[in-house]
Amino acid sequence: MTNFLLFIVLPYACLAVFLIGSIYRYKSRGFTVSSISSQFLEGRKLFWGSQPFHWGLFVLFFGHLIAFLFPRAVLAWNGQPVRLLILEIVAFAFGVCALLGLVLLVNRRLTSRRVQVVTSKMDVLVFVILLTQIISGLLVAYHSRWGSSWFAAFLTPYLRSIFVFDPQMDAIASVNSLSLKVHVISAFTLIGVIPFTRFIHFLVYPVDYLWRSYQQVIWNWNRKSIRTSRAHSEGHKSKNN
Amino acid sequence: MDIRSQVSMVFHLDKCIGCHTCSIACKNIWTDRKGAEYMWWNNVETKPGTGYPTKWENQDIYKGGWEKNGDSVSLKGAGKFRGLKNIFHNPHMPVLDDYYEPWTYKYQDLFTAPEGDDQPTARPVSLVTGEHMDVQSGPNWDDDLGGSPDYARQDVNLQSLSEAEQEAMFQLERMTFSYLPRICNHCLNPACVASCPSGALYKRGEDGIVLINQERCRAWRMCVTACPYKKSYYNWHTGKSEKCVLCYPRLESGQAPACFHSCVGRIRYLGVLLYDADKIKDAVSVPDDQLVDAQLDIYLDPFDPEVIKQARLNGIADSTIDAAQKSPVYKFVKEWRLALPLHPEFRTLPNLFYVPALLPTMATVANGVYDSTSKSLWNGVESNRLPMKYLASLFSAGSTGKIVEVMKRLMAVRLHRRGVTVGDLNVAEISSAMSEVQMDAETADAIFRLTSLATFDERFVIPPAHREESIEMLENTADVKGNTGFGFKEKPARGL
Ligand code: SF4
Ligand code: SF4
Repeated sequence: MTNFLLFIVLPYACLAVFLIGSIYRYKSRGFTVSSISSQFLEGRKLFWGSQPFHWGLFVLFFGHLIAFLFPRAVLAWNGQPVRLLILEIVAFAFGVCALLGLVLLVNRRLTSRRVQVVTSKMDVLVFVILLTQIISGLLVAYHSRWGSSWFAAFLTPYLRSIFVFDPQMDAIASVNSLSLKVHVISAFTLIGVIPFTRFIHFLVYPVDYLWRSYQQVIWNWNRKSIRTSRAHSEGHKSKNN
Repeated sequence: MDIRSQVSMVFHLDKCIGCHTCSIACKNIWTDRKGAEYMWWNNVETKPGTGYPTKWENQDIYKGGWEKNGDSVSLKGAGKFRGLKNIFHNPHMPVLDDYYEPWTYKYQDLFTAPEGDDQPTARPVSLVTGEHMDVQSGPNWDDDLGGSPDYARQDVNLQSLSEAEQEAMFQLERMTFSYLPRICNHCLNPACVASCPSGALYKRGEDGIVLINQERCRAWRMCVTACPYKKSYYNWHTGKSEKCVLCYPRLESGQAPACFHSCVGRIRYLGVLLYDADKIKDAVSVPDDQLVDAQLDIYLDPFDPEVIKQARLNGIADSTIDAAQKSPVYKFVKEWRLALPLHPEFRTLPNLFYVPALLPTMATVANGVYDSTSKSLWNGVESNRLPMKYLASLFSAGSTGKIVEVMKRLMAVRLHRRGVTVGDLNVAEISSAMSEVQMDAETADAIFRLTSLATFDERFVIPPAHREESIEMLENTADVKGNTGFGFKEKPARGL
């Protein structure tokens, strides 16, 4: 029963909240969708924390995504021990990066008076979830070798079963590793709290910047009679005035 | 030709008295809010000086603006790849201490302090942390050359002067300064717009005002660094960037922006310029010494029938064309060639132009005698107390010829008017000064009139906003009734 709640009900609840909540927040509470950077108040410590943290997570996120989407490719890559070792070491290194960065960021919040002014309960929640997530992940990687192989073999089928609405939790429930279970649960929790926290900013990472033209012009009146120019792209009109 | 209209500005520095009324008018309307206390969308600097934020002109530090890159330009410290790479930590971004820590005083203590032997005091408290603080700097800390060894001496424009020239400038007898009020230039090639990864910044097509869509801003902070004038500010409380809006709600209802309206010295002029958007790319890519001419070349003659025809085709209202014909900015910038852009080498094509101040001539000290007499009533412009090279570094990307030209024209007007009103000058001297800059008496009188006697309506020729068609004006204005500043529809809290 507990397993059912943790590995089937919780994932679906979190995913639903994530989807509905994020769309609602983006559409109706757009003003709050921000990375709410505090670099302006404290810039030096942020560098040492934010860079390793974000790049670490960036790589790990795509690593997990690839293992989920192309498990066979990962298994094939891991066929040779050297390649497996390289993959594991790289992944672990980025995990350590992310953890170190996060610890420095927590330390920054605790020590900089100015940053404390803009710290809320939401930030505490974010830190707790992230610490649980990264530490449990590192423990899994260290104890249950080799993670990249069995992720592709066991976890991918479980996750896929969730996404195709045919949940099969036997594999995950029978795994004898507390840290792995914690890792999975906190991952879904993280997804579930996205709409309520600053995590939302990762959904609006501005990739479209790469293909838009640099200058943006918006006409508010007489738009039809103005010929379209190729020297700019249409901007997005503000809703709030 | 792709003709657009731009609301542009002229500040006549000869008339600025450095009273900061403009800054206060702006602060009261727009930035008297939590998180915005440190912002001065309008600020007044003393030159020479380091300004606000400190050393903003030094792009070796802040990497703002554009730089020439072959026959095109690229953003100096931002751009697509650099922007996305630096998104987790922006290495060139100014932080609070580069501006100043805003503060207030505990006035209440003056009333509530218990009886005692000492006078009660109102101690300064930080508007960020709320704690007691020692005030270390402010937005005009170097006002009137205060602390000049630390501030004026650090002015980055002095780099264009030799050691000896700098020494000469800072001798007590020779020292001088001029004020430099600054607002956002609502540039034609805005670096802030180009640098914003989420596309929150945009230029309004109708009047060229550059705005930040508060809902789309995600606090990526790139505009703060990219604007070479440091006129985009980060609100640390809301997690959104903000900038001068040229009081567009006032403009749309036919009023001058607050800083213009309140200006005590009446140094400010506002009017429409028509320009050719197709020429922007070429104009920003020319070598430094051609920048001023290339920029002035973009602005079109509003009386030219061809320009009028094309403007109409482009959807520019007749009333706007009419405003362009009456524009005081067009007169100062194009007809009279008296006003120059600030730091054209940043290549953003700023639409705020400055008439440089005709400063007092250099005095000499010999045998302890201070001598400020001169051969003629006003000495030649080359003996201006601020070296031409210094002014050229501010207003013409280093070409002193441009500054001397403007100075000579200003001087010709003065000589002419002295001839008219007092009549004690040698007529030949006046006419040679006038013919050197090819100015006739009629033009000189017109310049004099617009400089000294202009009424409100002559200084501010605001194109009608066509409210009946304006969407931004018509939507939900009642929602923000009773609010101050932006009138946020949502509570400006961080995150949720
Ligand atoms: S002055 Fe700065 S903020 Fe204003 S339009 Fe130019 S680049 Fe943008
Ligand atoms: S109000 Fe006018 S005169 Fe006074 S400081 Fe501002 S620009 Fe100068």
